[in-house]
Amino acid sequence: MTTILLLASMLLGSLLLVLLARGDGRIFRVATPVVFGVLVLWMWQLVCVGYGVPFVLLPPPTSIGAAIVTHLPMLAADFRQTVLRAVIPGWVIGSAGGLLVAIALDRSPFLRRGVLPLGSLVSAMPIVGIAPIMVMWFGFDWQSKAAVVVAMTFFPMLVNAGAGLAQTGAMEADLMRTYAAGYTQTLLKLRLPSALPFVFNALKLNATLALIGAIVAEFFGTPIVGMGFRISTEAARLDLGVVWAEIVVAAVLGTLSFALLSLLERSVTFWHPSYH
Amino acid sequence: MTRALPVLCVLAVVIAVWFAASVGMNWDQAQSFAEDNATWSDIARATQSLNRPLLPTPWQVAREMETTSFGYPLNAPRSLLHHAAITAWESLVGFLISLVAGIAMAIGVVHVRTLDRVLMPWLVASQAIPVLAIAPMVVVVLGNIGLTGILPKALIAGWLSFFPITTGMVKGLRSSDVMQRDLLRTYSATGTQVFTMLRWPASMAFLFPAMQVAAPLALVGAIVAELPTGAQAGLGARLLTGSYYGLTLQIWSALFMAALLAVLAVALVNASQAILVRARGGRL
Repeated sequence: MTTILLLASMLLGSLLLVLLARGDGRIFRVATPVVFGVLVLWMWQLVCVGYGVPFVLLPPPTSIGAAIVTHLPMLAADFRQTVLRAVIPGWVIGSAGGLLVAIALDRSPFLRRGVLPLGSLVSAMPIVGIAPIMVMWFGFDWQSKAAVVVAMTFFPMLVNAGAGLAQTGAMEADLMRTYAAGYTQTLLKLRLPSALPFVFNALKLNATLALIGAIVAEFFGTPIVGMGFRISTEAARLDLGVVWAEIVVAAVLGTLSFALLSLLERSVTFWHPSYH
Repeated sequence: MTRALPVLCVLAVVIAVWFAASVGMNWDQAQSFAEDNATWSDIARATQSLNRPLLPTPWQVAREMETTSFGYPLNAPRSLLHHAAITAWESLVGFLISLVAGIAMAIGVVHVRTLDRVLMPWLVASQAIPVLAIAPMVVVVLGNIGLTGILPKALIAGWLSFFPITTGMVKGLRSSDVMQRDLLRTYSATGTQVFTMLRWPASMAFLFPAMQVAAPLALVGAIVAELPTGAQAGLGARLLTGSYYGLTLQIWSALFMAALLAVLAVALVNASQAILVRARGGRL
């Protein structure tokens, strides 16, 4: 029975998707991936319930939903600990620091040529590994997680903002000079705005990195609250409903921050060719 | 030389600051161990050779890496090279899996409209999701159904590098010039011919930058995947046991070994790119 239902929904689903993908309107472009997502959830539920997949392997979506509802206070506490105390302050400090250092370096070509190659080298390294060191220096609580997030977000912003500031065309710079604009005026009115797409790229990248940094840092020791702590301990206790609930929260947060930053980028860099 | 000089100067400053910080941060600990009649310079010297310093000196880290790499036989669990090799192997296997899967998926997305419309939005959205958070669960669940050893870690490493490779390859396969595609059509080339003669060669200029991003990600995935299994082997295990027992030297040497592996991974990608460029007569 389950097999027949599964095969039928697979067949009907793919037929529907093929039909939807033929359409060209905006509705079709949005509907196709959404229908696919719903189809995946439906088949996941079907397989879990129909074949009696053990809960410790893969809980069905409905019990993940139920876990989110019943554990809401706990999820809120973990959110407060991990996101409000570690991710957001760390993301702000790391990104702002990277941007400021990039602007400062920009005045000295020598320093820029010295720091930027090292910066891109460091941003390719597994920086999460400093988590145990930060736990040793700043203690088990959120301070050490925020420090990891700062270290993880600093270098991508430094490298991207550095590349963005180097983007200014010679023509525009010459034009500013004919206006007798000083360094500060050129920076504020020409170079920073033209670097904005790069800065936003780094901000979006950093949003995901910050979440990863804080969650992974909690694997190395934490007070008994926090998303990373919950994921690692509940996974070890095989309470996968809670683990999936935390993952859903993390995924929603990541997508939401990405979407918000994209909206902000659109309204701040409306002049950029990619929006025309 | 003109390019190396600024980098070397900055590096020298970083190392100098590191040494100075190691004196400052280890001062209290050195003072507590010092004898009563110890002078300032005695304590300062003691900060450079503590067993569990708050901040080890660059010299101590280098010495620790050297002794743990070459002081033990290669298969000994105390050998740093042993752990580095395990992590490198896990990330390499994962990277190769995701390379094959990513390229296959990109080919599907480029050629089948339905796949493009269905999968691409999800691929783009997945970059905003902290996928590394699922690592502990995947390792535990796979361990439950009897999959242990390197495979679970390789899967997570591959999962992380899958997305940059797929999106890069989709861009690459679409990057060929419309004029050239039209030209091939006037030759009445088949779809396969267009693929092997135009799309695939053009995609390499996008695949290699994607691999440069993906290779370090695979390493991060492997290291984090080693954490939840009770820290048996690998650089992640070295980090975790070092963290449990306060062995700072072990943490720092594992960290620098991981950094070395990341540099090595990117260098390997660059080397294979150089080979391809040479085979193609100087361009990618």
